[in-house]
Amino acid sequence: MRLKALLLGTSFLAVSGLTAGAETLTIATVNNGDMIRMQKLTDDFKAKNPDIDLEWVTLEENVLRQRVTTDIATKGGQYDVLTIGTYEVPIWAKQDWLLPLENLGEDYDVDDLLPPIRAGLSYEDKLYAAPFYGESSMVMYRTDLFEEAGLEMPEAPTWEFVADAARKITDKDNEIYGICLRGKAGWGENMAFLTATANSFGARWFDENWQPQFDQPQWKETLDFYVNLMKDAGPPGASSNGFNENLALFQSGKCGMWIDATVAASFVTDPEESTVADKVGFALAPDNGLGKRGNWLWAWSLAIPAGTQKAEAAEKFIAWATGKDYLELVAEKEGWANVPPGTRTSLYENPEYAKIPFAEMTINSINTADPNNPTVDPVPYVGVQFVAIPEFQGLGTAVGQQFSAALAGQVTVDQALQSAQQLTQREMMKSGYIK
Amino acid sequence: MARAISPRRKWTITVVAWLLGLAIFFPILWTVLTSFKTEGEAIASPPSLVAFDWTLANYFEVQARSNYFKYVGNSIVIAVGSTLLGLLIAIPAAWAMAFSPTKRTKDVLMWMLSTKMLPPVGVLVPIYLIFRDTGLLDSRIGLIGVLTMINLPIIVWMLYTYFREIPGEILEAARMDGASLAKEIVYVLTPMALPGIASTMLLNIILAWNEAFWTLNLTASSAAPLTAFIAAYSSPEGLFWAKLSAASTLAIAPILIMGWFSQRQLIRGLTFGAVK
Amino acid sequence: MATLHTQSTARLMMAPAVVLLLLWMLVPLGMTVWFSFLRYNLLMPGMEEWSGFDNYYYFLTDPAFGTALVNTLLLVGGVLLISVGGGVALALLLDQPFFGQGIVRLLVIAPFFVMPTVSALVWKNMFMNPVYGLFAWVAKFFGLQPIDWLAEVPLFSIVLIVAWQWLPFATLILLTALQSLDEEQKEAAEMDGAGPVSRFIYIVLPHLSRAITVVILIETIFLLSVFAEILVTTNGGPGLESTNLTYLVYAQALLQFDVGAASAGGIVAVILANIVAIFLMRIIGKNLDA
Repeated sequence: MRLKALLLGTSFLAVSGLTAGAETLTIATVNNGDMIRMQKLTDDFKAKNPDIDLEWVTLEENVLRQRVTTDIATKGGQYDVLTIGTYEVPIWAKQDWLLPLENLGEDYDVDDLLPPIRAGLSYEDKLYAAPFYGESSMVMYRTDLFEEAGLEMPEAPTWEFVADAARKITDKDNEIYGICLRGKAGWGENMAFLTATANSFGARWFDENWQPQFDQPQWKETLDFYVNLMKDAGPPGASSNGFNENLALFQSGKCGMWIDATVAASFVTDPEESTVADKVGFALAPDNGLGKRGNWLWAWSLAIPAGTQKAEAAEKFIAWATGKDYLELVAEKEGWANVPPGTRTSLYENPEYAKIPFAEMTINSINTADPNNPTVDPVPYVGVQFVAIPEFQGLGTAVGQQFSAALAGQVTVDQALQSAQQLTQREMMKSGYIK
Repeated sequence: MARAISPRRKWTITVVAWLLGLAIFFPILWTVLTSFKTEGEAIASPPSLVAFDWTLANYFEVQARSNYFKYVGNSIVIAVGSTLLGLLIAIPAAWAMAFSPTKRTKDVLMWMLSTKMLPPVGVLVPIYLIFRDTGLLDSRIGLIGVLTMINLPIIVWMLYTYFREIPGEILEAARMDGASLAKEIVYVLTPMALPGIASTMLLNIILAWNEAFWTLNLTASSAAPLTAFIAAYSSPEGLFWAKLSAASTLAIAPILIMGWFSQRQLIRGLTFGAVK
Repeated sequence: MATLHTQSTARLMMAPAVVLLLLWMLVPLGMTVWFSFLRYNLLMPGMEEWSGFDNYYYFLTDPAFGTALVNTLLLVGGVLLISVGGGVALALLLDQPFFGQGIVRLLVIAPFFVMPTVSALVWKNMFMNPVYGLFAWVAKFFGLQPIDWLAEVPLFSIVLIVAWQWLPFATLILLTALQSLDEEQKEAAEMDGAGPVSRFIYIVLPHLSRAITVVILIETIFLLSVFAEILVTTNGGPGLESTNLTYLVYAQALLQFDVGAASAGGIVAVILANIVAIFLMRIIGKNLDA
């Protein structure tokens, strides 16, 4: 029955358009836990909007980004709703590739969106994407292991403390690794962590004249610290671990600490998925006493490509998926801990939600991230863990490859930094930022 | 069996061959087994081969997330469609090359093969633009077209090598009897060429089924085949080994079963003229 | 026999295939050539401008280019070595009479049916993963330090994965060829007192040479553009350790969305592939004429 409907709906799009039947929205999204949950809850949306059908295209993050960017840049028009992040929104909005979200409905309450997140998704004061979940990064640690080692995690640790604790906890014979950090190359993977960390070490991608800064001592300090720490206290295979790989390691009890996205908190404390659910503590991302912490800011958001014919239905869907009712719906079905976090002020004012152990740390982390002043020294760009220019995806990934190689021990830290400096310089010259 | 062989030797060979065969097959077997475990058991150390609580939960989970049957349907339509279309175009061409060869036949054949060496990524953007303008994005017709073009050289070549083995005298005899070209094809050639055509068809269904670049990049949802289905599992979400195994098993099962059932036909023609 | 009539019929019959392939080659390729001379980034529409040979200059002077070229050759060579060498050995083994021949043959050909994406995922996560993988467990069982396959020996790991997929293909073709070897010929050699080694070198190997060339040709065509396996397992890294030409062009085209540079890279790759092709065709052409 379903197959038949599908065949009808897809092969005869034109016909079904005429029959005033269901309109089908094609939604491109990433295979993260919260999105998969949303997919399972679509019956609620269909009950409220019987005339709109949803067709999901769920892809792994890199594949999704590549597909969606190709499509929007060539105006292919294959999708009606896109899942994109704070990096893409300002760049794409500037190109007129996205439609501003102006009809989200009366009870949507745009002013309820967390200010830093909303700012990141706006261009010239118009909202171009609605946040599905927002995240910063923080330290997640195993309270039992810390107790065993006689350590106490401060609420706002320093890098020195973290490194020290990681080395103490590590017990490689029993497969306990003191710290798990991202190592998989990619601008949204290891470079998100390393760029944010570098900020707290006083490093920056570019100086005010767009000169790459990888030849500066702060970067060397950052990378030395990271590589040595991972060598002593990290898991094997760290150079191919991204967010999801580390999540699996932490959930199976192999990490003492993990510094990563705040959204991970709900997964590591979920007793159904995590073997250490009741032994997790949280702390702010570490700093180095320079006034910046190593935490980032990101929001996976839903946006409407300019090419779609179904803008109205798409906006209805976005209002549903990112609205207050959706949070209630998830809370009712799966508990407050599983609500997509980091988007609305009202959620953090909700006394029910305040009971969640990671709620306060999440909002504090989000509020301390400042995309407009990310670094110790001034920079010409916006973005904490990224540089909001179109070239950054390629650049960040290429530099990420070098740093990943340094972590794997294929090259030295100095070689990696030298290559990073060279390739960044080439790219900036090629694209005309510097002469 | 022309040669006598000592029983002992036969047993040794049996053991070695089975061990090697199982080793080669093991990754697939392991995937299938893991798909019936819980996530916890999937990464348990030491791993257990069969002594675990068998569960179908992963299959239900995978099906709940993406409608498997839609993807299988698309895979079948695209793989079979492109193969049939390819055969339709290739049979006459290979026929002509085999029975009326000219000096340039070999060059044409080699040129055809060299088009297969075009790296697909290099021409992705042009193809994407063409597809956009012709409305072929995310359509099965479009994918059938692309895959036909990609596999056409292999089809032509396979058929050519096969047709060439057919003795020309038979055709001449048929012509003497006054058979028309159509009759010649239907009554004389087809029966002789059938094994080769069948084998070519099977090989190309496999190649088209497994093609993962164009099928992934030119589809969104309605024409998406199994390669897109698996792309949703290509990075872990927490503990995902069992779910990945279930999705993998689902993706390869149809073609593996087809391959096994038709392996005789497949192998018979899989010689590319290498056997004289 | 080749009358004027049949000649023109033959042309007519070949026309669809030739014309379609010409179109398939020339239209996208023509567009690619055109793009390769433009400064054209998908993310910056409306900024396209003529840039001469800039894209070629940047692609060819990219330090990644040399590495990718070497990696491509190593990958193709490595897989060919394993699959042809292993294929000959397996074919010789399977050609012997033993119990359950049919079933073993089924087991051996199975990897050929597995999608590259799936096989890469399975190998990466279930076998080569240094924490949960089966290889790691085996290493630990023997008290060894598990190898982090994809970080320590990335290219070799990919060669293994790809070789696993292509070994059955080589085995099948070689086995078929072997089976056509005249039993009498073998027996005659045996009577002459030739040992198994010299029988293999002087009778079996020459007989297999045609089949081996065919395997090499077909595999090379597919191996030059290995992509899914790299994307899924290592993303070309760490560093550039496992980046081949196809992957390098991909990184330009779809990570940087630099269509100009990617087109230039594509053209360079086409030219290189054709050099390899001509080289191969020379050898094969000779061998296939027989």
